[in-house]
Amino acid sequence: MQIKKRELTFWEKIYLPEIFRGVWITSVHFFRNLAIHTAHRFGLLKNVRAGVTFQYPENPRPLFPRLRTRHRLTVREEGTPRCVGCMLCETVCPAKCITIVAGEHPDPNVEKYPVRFDIDLGVCVYCGYCVEVCPEDAIRMDTEILDVAAYSRAEMKLDMHELMNPQLRKPVKECTLKFPHKCAIHGGELRGDWRFVYGKNPEQIREEGWKEIQELSGKEH
Amino acid sequence: MPTLTIDGKQVTVEPGTTVIQAAEKLGIFVPRYCYHPGLTIAGNCRICLVEVEKAPKLQIACNTPCADGMVVHTQSSKVNQGRASVLEFLLINHPLDCPVCDQSGECDLQNFYMQYGLYDARFQEQKQKKPKAVPLGPTVMLDAERCVLCSRCTRFTDEITRTGELGIFNRGDKAEVGLYPGKTLDNKYSGNVVDICPVGALTDRDFRFKARVWYLSSAPSICTGCSQGCNIDVHYVIDRPHLAEGARIMRLKPRYNPDVNKWWMCDEGRYGYKFVDENRIRQVSHRGQAVSWEDAYSSLAASLARFKSDGRLNEIGILPSAQQTNEELFLVRKLFKEGLGIKNCDIQVPSPAGTSDGFLIKPDKNPNTMGAALIGFPGASKPLKSTNGSSASGHIFDKALSGEIRALWVFGHDLVKLFGEEKVKALAASLELFVFQGSNDNGTARYAHWVLPSAVFAENDGTFVNVSGWVQRIKPCFAPLADSLPDAQVLLELARRIGISLSFKSAEEVFNALAAEMPAFGGLTYERIGLQGARVHQKEPAAR
Ligand code: SF4
Ligand code: SF4
Ligand code: SF4
Ligand code: SF4
Repeated sequence: MQIKKRELTFWEKIYLPEIFRGVWITSVHFFRNLAIHTAHRFGLLKNVRAGVTFQYPENPRPLFPRLRTRHRLTVREEGTPRCVGCMLCETVCPAKCITIVAGEHPDPNVEKYPVRFDIDLGVCVYCGYCVEVCPEDAIRMDTEILDVAAYSRAEMKLDMHELMNPQLRKPVKECTLKFPHKCAIHGGELRGDWRFVYGKNPEQIREEGWKEIQELSGKEH
Repeated sequence: MPTLTIDGKQVTVEPGTTVIQAAEKLGIFVPRYCYHPGLTIAGNCRICLVEVEKAPKLQIACNTPCADGMVVHTQSSKVNQGRASVLEFLLINHPLDCPVCDQSGECDLQNFYMQYGLYDARFQEQKQKKPKAVPLGPTVMLDAERCVLCSRCTRFTDEITRTGELGIFNRGDKAEVGLYPGKTLDNKYSGNVVDICPVGALTDRDFRFKARVWYLSSAPSICTGCSQGCNIDVHYVIDRPHLAEGARIMRLKPRYNPDVNKWWMCDEGRYGYKFVDENRIRQVSHRGQAVSWEDAYSSLAASLARFKSDGRLNEIGILPSAQQTNEELFLVRKLFKEGLGIKNCDIQVPSPAGTSDGFLIKPDKNPNTMGAALIGFPGASKPLKSTNGSSASGHIFDKALSGEIRALWVFGHDLVKLFGEEKVKALAASLELFVFQGSNDNGTARYAHWVLPSAVFAENDGTFVNVSGWVQRIKPCFAPLADSLPDAQVLLELARRIGISLSFKSAEEVFNALAAEMPAFGGLTYERIGLQGARVHQKEPAAR
C-alpha cells in the first residue's frame, strides 16, 4: 500500500493561520468545559456532558481488581516472608529487575528463605510474570499503589523492607525486620536474628522441626 | 557375540553386556535411577523398563543380559505406560519440594516425569514424613523424603570408598536412607554421593542455596588440587554478582574420564576452588605502590637487560612452579633459560608431601610436576628436602640467601611458608630485584619488590601433564580478575621488549611449538588432546 501525502494548501503553508486555528480549537474546548463544569456545580445543564476528568490525587480513579500495581511480599504470621527464595521470579522476570539472595531457614520444614530481595521498579515492566510464577503466593501486585515515582534511580529500587510493608517508601529510616537479612538500610550488612522472631535460637528451632517431623512420621494414617 | 535389535537398530556386543549398555552404544538413552555404570547393578528402581519381544512382561534394561536375536523396544506405548506407573509409584510420598530443592533443574524425577509421567495425581492420603535438612557430614545434606531409594549412595560408600557409612533402614513406605549409628559421612570422596544421587535427596552443603542450577554456565577443565588431574566441569556464574558474595565459581563437578578419574573426584579438589575468587592479587604493584602493567614491563625488561649487559646473568634466579601450565613453563624456558641464558632456572623448592590414598588422591599437590620435568625443570620431580642457607647446596634459594643471586623471580610459590618469614624478609632487603608473579596474596607477595597478578586455572588456557603422563587441557571459563593476566601473556610481552623473538598469539601456538620441540609431546595437538587427554610418549620415572 502506498500512502499518498496530501499537498498542503497555500494557507497551511504560511503556517501562522494554522497556529491560530489550533489555539482556537483548544480554547473552545477549554472554555466550554469550564463553563459546563461550573454550571454542573450549580446544578444547571445536567444533561450536557462536559469533558471527563478525575480530580487526581484528591479524587482517584476506581481501580479494577486485576490491575497490576506496586509489588508486595506476603508475610507469614511471625513476620517472615512467605517467599522461599526459589528464584523462579528472578528467572522469569523479562526485565531482570529482581535480585534475590537465598539463605538457610532454621526450620527444616521451610528450609530456604530470601536474605535479600530487591525489585527495581525503574526497570520493571509490570508484566506480572513474577506473581504468576510464584509457587508460594509470596509475591503479589495488589497494593493498589500506582505512584512509585521517585527523584533518583536508587529510590526506585524496593528492598525487603518496602516489599514486605507496602506502607513504606524510601527513605526508610528504621529497620523493622527481625529475621537475618542483608539489610539495605545498613549498607547490605547481615542484620537480625532468629531469636527475635521465634524467641529460640536456630539450633532449638531445627531440633523442634525435626521432632515435629518424627512425630508426624510415627503417626499411622 | 550376541547381536540384538534395539528400536530397529542392530548392534553386536560382548557377551554379558546388559541391554542398557547396548542401547547406550547405539546412542539410545534409557532412563535410570539406580543404574550407574560405576556401581554394581541393583535393579530396584524399575524406571529402565523396556519391552523385549517374546518376553511375557516388561524387562529392566539394566539387568537383562543381551542375547542373540533379541528384539528390544525402548519407546513403545507399553514401555511408556510402565515408566509412567513406576514414576507414579516413586512420587507417591515425594514432597515436591522443587522450589527449595537444589536439584531442581537437573533432577531426574523432574526430567522423566516431563518425558513419561505427565499423569494427574491420584494419591489422596497423607504423605509419609521423613527427616529433612539433616547434615550427614561436613559436605552432604540429606532430605530423606526426596529419596527414591535407588541405593546408589549406599553402593558408593560400600563399593568405591568402602567406608560403609550409608544404609537403607526400615521397610515399605517407611524405608529411608541414613547413617549407620555412630558414623558421619566424612570420607575423602563424600561429595560424589551428591553427583550420583539422581534426585535432590543428597545435596551439596557448599553449594546449598547459592544459585539455581539453570544460572550456571559450565566449562570443561582439570582439577589443580593434585597431580592426578581429575577431569572436571567448572560451574560458574558471571552475570549475577549478588550470588555467593560475588564469587564466580559456584561448584566443581567431576567429568567422566575412564583413564584418569572415572566418574569421581575427591572432596579436597571439589571444594578447593575458593582461591579463584578469594584473596586474589588484583593489581600490579611495586614496593607497595600500585603501578600499571606498562610500567612493570618497561622497568622489568630494563632490569633484565641491565643484568645481561653487565654480564651478571648468573646472578639471576628464576623459580617457576609446577602449578603452571606446560605452555607457561615452555615460555619460561624459552625466555629465561634459552633466550637470556639464565642457568639458575628450575623448580627448586621443598614440596611437602600431602595426604594420599590408593585411589585418586596423590601426595604431590601440583597438577603439572610431570609436565615441568618433561619441559626441562628436573627439580620439579625432586623437591628439596631442606635448605641450609649456604650456597654450597647449589640451590637457587640458598644462593639468593648467600648473596650469590641478586635477582629472584618467583612464580606462585609462597617462600614465607616454605622457608620462614625471617629468611624472606632478609632476602627482600638484600636482593636487587625480587619479583613475585602469582594469583593469590601470600607472605611472599608482601615482601617482593614487584608483585605481578597471575590468572588462575579457570581464567587460563593450557595443558597439564598428570602423574601418569596424560596431557590434559584447561580452558578459560571467564576473563582474569581485575588486572591479573595469564603468565604466558606477560612472558611474551617481556620477551618482545627484551628483543627475544617469541611470536605466539595463543596458548595453542605455544603448545604446537612445544610439541615440535619436545619429543615427549611429539605429534600432540589441542585437537588430539580434546576433552579426554592424550598420553605423553615417555614416562618420566622420577615423577612422584
Ligand atoms: S512485574 Fe514483570 S518485570 Fe516487574 S518484577 Fe515482576 S516479572 Fe519482573
Ligand atoms: S517466585 Fe515466589 S517464592 Fe520464589 S523467589 Fe519469587 S517470590 Fe520467592
Ligand atoms: S528431588 Fe527433584 S522432584 Fe523432588 S523436590 Fe527435588 S527437584 Fe523436585
Ligand atoms: S539418597 Fe539419593 S542416591 Fe541415595 S538412595 Fe536416595 S535417591 Fe538414591
